[in-house]
Amino acid sequence: MSIAHRVTGTGLYLGTILIAAWLVAAASGPAAFDTAQAIAGSFLGRLVLFLYSFSLIHHMVGGLRHFVWDLGHGYDPQTRMNMAKFSVVVSAALTVLIWIVALVLR
Amino acid sequence: MLSNSSMRTPLARVRGLGSAKSGTGHFWLQRVTALANVILTLIFVGIVIALVGKPYPAAVALLSHPLVAILMLLFILSACIHMRLGMQVIIEDYVHAEFPKILAVIGNTFFAIVVGAASVYAVLKLSFGG
Repeated sequence: MSIAHRVTGTGLYLGTILIAAWLVAAASGPAAFDTAQAIAGSFLGRLVLFLYSFSLIHHMVGGLRHFVWDLGHGYDPQTRMNMAKFSVVVSAALTVLIWIVALVLR
Repeated sequence: MLSNSSMRTPLARVRGLGSAKSGTGHFWLQRVTALANVILTLIFVGIVIALVGKPYPAAVALLSHPLVAILMLLFILSACIHMRLGMQVIIEDYVHAEFPKILAVIGNTFFAIVVGAASVYAVLKLSFGG
């Protein structure tokens, strides 16, 4: 899970290029924004967005475990395993929930 | 072998070779930005969801709303500081040769600043009517 935190962190790090590019496109005008939206809305674009949102939520939920450890709790093997399983289930569920909300609202 | 013939004292020889004493600050800032990111990330996801399928004028209207723009700026700042600190730890763990490590750490700082500056510029341009 520690390595998953690093992998998702690195993915989020590199993905900020895409977020910055999308914001700059929005600031550049309608033509650039429409192009960016078309790319984001394509199959590949949505796949990247889905993986990015999962990485984001997984990194966030995984980070909450670090807060628990920082406060001096949850060091025994059983609690660690439970938190690891819990973080995968919760982050997957949250990601799916976010996408359902997004697709319903559009 | 260290020679005893040097005029330098043992203390003078080791001065400046220890840690930079910035570790605790690094650790603490990583945690503070992590806490800020929990709140700001959820807000950012909400903003992105609100933008899905919106035509250009509506998207610009939302992104240039003062509350949205300020929260976006805070998110960009906190996320860029956090990711720079996190990537620095990864670099220091895996890149051991001194020169490549220094280059990577500097490159990491450049990356975080370029991404942050571009994003801040875009949000401000949208806000102040570009």
